[in-house]
Amino acid sequence: MNTDTFNGDRRGFLKCMTWAGSAMVWTVAGGVPRAHIAGTARAAETGFSFAQVSDSHLGFDKPVNANVTGTFQEALGHVTAMEEKPAFLIHTGDMTHLSTPEQFDTCAQLLGATRLQVYTVPGEHDILEDDRKSYLNRYGKGTHGDGWYSFNAHGVHFIGLVNVVNLQGNGLGDLGQAQLEWLEKDVKGLSSSTPIVVFAHVPLWIVYQDWGWGTKDGGQALSYLKRFGSVTVLNGHIHQVMQKVEGHVAFHTARSTAFPQGVPGVAKGPGPAPVPAGELKNFLGTARITLVSTSSPLAIVDTPMAG
Amino acid sequence: MGMLFRRGILLACLIVPIAARSDDAAQVKIDNFTFGPGKVTIAKGTSVTWTNQDDIPHSIVLAALRVRSKALDTDKAFTYQFDKAGTFSYVCGLHPQMHGTVVVK
Repeated sequence: MNTDTFNGDRRGFLKCMTWAGSAMVWTVAGGVPRAHIAGTARAAETGFSFAQVSDSHLGFDKPVNANVTGTFQEALGHVTAMEEKPAFLIHTGDMTHLSTPEQFDTCAQLLGATRLQVYTVPGEHDILEDDRKSYLNRYGKGTHGDGWYSFNAHGVHFIGLVNVVNLQGNGLGDLGQAQLEWLEKDVKGLSSSTPIVVFAHVPLWIVYQDWGWGTKDGGQALSYLKRFGSVTVLNGHIHQVMQKVEGHVAFHTARSTAFPQGVPGVAKGPGPAPVPAGELKNFLGTARITLVSTSSPLAIVDTPMAG
Repeated sequence: MGMLFRRGILLACLIVPIAARSDDAAQVKIDNFTFGPGKVTIAKGTSVTWTNQDDIPHSIVLAALRVRSKALDTDKAFTYQFDKAGTFSYVCGLHPQMHGTVVVK
């Protein structure tokens, strides 16, 4: 076990190398979301909780993980097996690998089997066909523009953003003017004490520009949220856990349930990162991440399942 | 005599572009999020074929020509014939940080 603790106001992101994995379970207590991996001992935590899965890439069949349906099912199994059932499930995109009807059908079946309310945002792999209709016909009802929306649950205001439609020349995600204007209006009437949870596929902060891991106008979106006391930003896309805290905003990227990707600055490219044969599942559920209040230390506990 | 000479020039004009068609088509491999070679030069009327060798899908977007391929899964290829001369830059639609150029002469 390896524990790192940092001050909340320390800039720069904290890295916790975890691979393909399970679902994240978020518990909101006192307006502050805390996260841990589904299936770990902390699942007994009380309060309102929800689960996050990401990057299931259904249809991917390369050697690094030839059974992405199985690992996705396993991650969802960790969620449904919890004693304290989460209020709902968020999928932060790349549900499918190639946006085919079969891949969307498989995803809908597996998500439906959890019997949980599911909220989604698209990844770039979910809008490859039919001018985004494959995704929007299934998940776009009641949303705005390319599928963005907000809802309230247990006193928390949730905002699902879409930043994969107009990818920029340097590969970065983009929200666009229409969505930014909607966001500004959406939060205008809220009291500053309302906890905010934002979820989108590509990280809203710049994780690694060379690989397009970030959102060009993410900073503008966050400027509308500055006055709020607790803001949690949940993303996927990069298939590994990274976290940072800046002011009142806690950023977190979830692991993929399908395959790991390279570590920025270390791997030669952002593609699937091979792990030794037979060891993929040894990395499942390897980390428990606890986001404490942003004025307190942020603790990352890295626990290999096999160790 | 003059007639024959003119016919000869006409034939030469016809033959040269035909020869260029078969010889100058280009292949571009996509490997580790990179187009290789990043710049290819072809004759007008010939084509470029892109083949994806990555484990992740890529696509070809030639903005100036309003050409957009489907997402190419591993080992899938896309071919486009260039009928206009010029320099055309293109990107991957899923990873627009990937750039390439086709010069058509």
